[in-house]
Amino acid sequence: MNSDLGLWAVPIAVLGGMLRVSTPFLFVSLGECVTEKSGRINLGLEGTLVFGAMAGYGGSYLTGSPWLGVLAAGIAGLLFGLLHAALCSLPKVNDIAVGIALMILGSGLAFFFGKPLIQPAAPMLPGLSLGAWSSVPQVRAALEVSPPFLIGVVVAVLLLFVFKRTRIGLVLRMVGDSADAARAMGYPIIPVRVAATAFGGFMAGVAGAYLSLYYPGSWNEHISSGQGLIAVALVIFARWNPLACLGAALIFGGAGALGPALQSVGVTSGYYLFYAAPYILTLVILFVTSSPRKALEGAPRELSITR
Amino acid sequence: MSEITQGSSFAGAAARPLLGEAARRRLEGVLIPVTALLVGLLLFGLFIALNGKSPEEFYYLVYRGGFGTWFSLQNTMTRAAPLLLTALCVALPAQLGLVVIGGEGAFVLGGLAAAVVGPLFGFAPGWVAIGLMALAGICAGGTWIGLVGAMRHYRGINETISSLLMAYIAIALMHHFVEGPLKDPASLNKPSTVPLGPDMRVGEIPGMDVHWGFAVGILACLLAGFVLSRTTFGFSARIAGGNARAAAVQGLPVGRLILAFTAAAGAAAGLAGMIQVAAVQGSANASLAAGYGYTGILIAFLARQNPVAIIPMALLIGGIDAAGGFIQRRMDLPDATVLVLQGILFVAILVSETLSGRLLPSRNAKG
Repeated sequence: MNSDLGLWAVPIAVLGGMLRVSTPFLFVSLGECVTEKSGRINLGLEGTLVFGAMAGYGGSYLTGSPWLGVLAAGIAGLLFGLLHAALCSLPKVNDIAVGIALMILGSGLAFFFGKPLIQPAAPMLPGLSLGAWSSVPQVRAALEVSPPFLIGVVVAVLLLFVFKRTRIGLVLRMVGDSADAARAMGYPIIPVRVAATAFGGFMAGVAGAYLSLYYPGSWNEHISSGQGLIAVALVIFARWNPLACLGAALIFGGAGALGPALQSVGVTSGYYLFYAAPYILTLVILFVTSSPRKALEGAPRELSITR
Repeated sequence: MSEITQGSSFAGAAARPLLGEAARRRLEGVLIPVTALLVGLLLFGLFIALNGKSPEEFYYLVYRGGFGTWFSLQNTMTRAAPLLLTALCVALPAQLGLVVIGGEGAFVLGGLAAAVVGPLFGFAPGWVAIGLMALAGICAGGTWIGLVGAMRHYRGINETISSLLMAYIAIALMHHFVEGPLKDPASLNKPSTVPLGPDMRVGEIPGMDVHWGFAVGILACLLAGFVLSRTTFGFSARIAGGNARAAAVQGLPVGRLILAFTAAAGAAAGLAGMIQVAAVQGSANASLAAGYGYTGILIAFLARQNPVAIIPMALLIGGIDAAGGFIQRRMDLPDATVLVLQGILFVAILVSETLSGRLLPSRNAKG
């Protein structure tokens, strides 16, 4: 594999890993970004992600079309989002706690229904070869980009436009910044939040399908290692800006790819410490950018998690 | 729950309702969670029935496998032992309104610290080594979650997110040390630290097949309940949890309370990790990260963050866990069935919060 590239193999492998590993982070964080803009937080996206991975794999296996699998995962995610939204719309029900509960329920249901799916092989999503110009196999492998990643980039740009330039975005931001103001203007609070949470669930479901149908591309009970939760922290790090979510997802993907990349050139000691890199990175960034006296800049003011 | 009764005597001159305010709240505090648990069990029964299995058989097997015989009851108590302490790791910060969900990290590091410290004192009497191991577990866990509290207080970092990140980091650290610098060369199949000597192992409660960790967990829950309901310290914490700004205006040291409660929470989970190593595993290895910290979250919420109520809830969840393998074999259900049940119970209890203050008629209800 890395015969003549020497140490160059590491950055190339990190680049490739970054494009692959970042996609689920990107989708979950974009969805969560919309949910949080409306003033709610959904920690249950981790469970939604796992369920999406199962539903996507099952859908692809049963229909023979990976894209129908993605759709099935998205719809399953949407339903989980609706459940979270409906429960949190009851008075005195805490959105963080419901998220934790749905994390357990989502994973539990995914493992329950996913047990017969561990053996069979489902059709995978195809990759796009953007590295065909290169004669170096490592570069070609690194630039094998998945269509969902490109879709995610487009969605990030679209969301930025929606937030900044459209009426829907304005209403969403108003509901998230001051429910009182939105109510006074006659905008419905709960329907907006329900829609925003359902969108977040849909995106997390799609992210799950990416895990099981593209990379790592299999269904098992260890498919997610907390990507759904990291993505929630990542939205804070990205200051509720969809384009910053893209950047943050790429950084996280790169950090996550560092361990395996170093391992491929023979650096094996401290593997687990590299594995912890994305978590340490998030914590450091939260530490540097937080302030004890004021809420985070750009934070929706109705959001319970920032204050 | 609430011991504040001044309110009812203050307003009680006019019409006398059937129940005083305090009694009403106390009754509600039992009725609501019990109803929620029953509804959750009913919903799960429906889920089982929809999957073509018999819910009656499932619940009968839970009873048989978790509570029905002395043998299964002891098994349940053993399973509940670490959960009592990891649930405290959630319930203590919750008094201040903090949602700490990273007890798994403190648990894992507590176990690792104990496994490191124990063998260093091989020359000392067993009880000294055990005491020092417990101290090591408490310190490691207390520091870990205490850091979460410090980051919350000094930097305003959300404790839910940071404690979770810290849990992932702790698990990575544990893997790193157990499979690297601290690996016992003799542990080939499953990388572990050096095994503890027989006199450093925590034994069983006389006359029972349950290790002392269960007694320690029960005592810790009772102690926490006492401190919260009967001391000024606990009272000030509840005030700070109700309204941090009002507490600060009253001169209560909110920052110090946050540090003390998060450190105590971590200490409980760290102690649970130490017990797991000293009473069950005999050394630190990857089995430490088996989710005891995460199950503790569920139990604390089922107990509505009341330390004393943690005891029955830990026994309930421990019993369901203990019966899990048995049920799986008998009914041919996936092992995730228990996880589905936990999730449904969790959702049911959270949704039931919406009824609080509305279930029974209150004299000062707003109509």
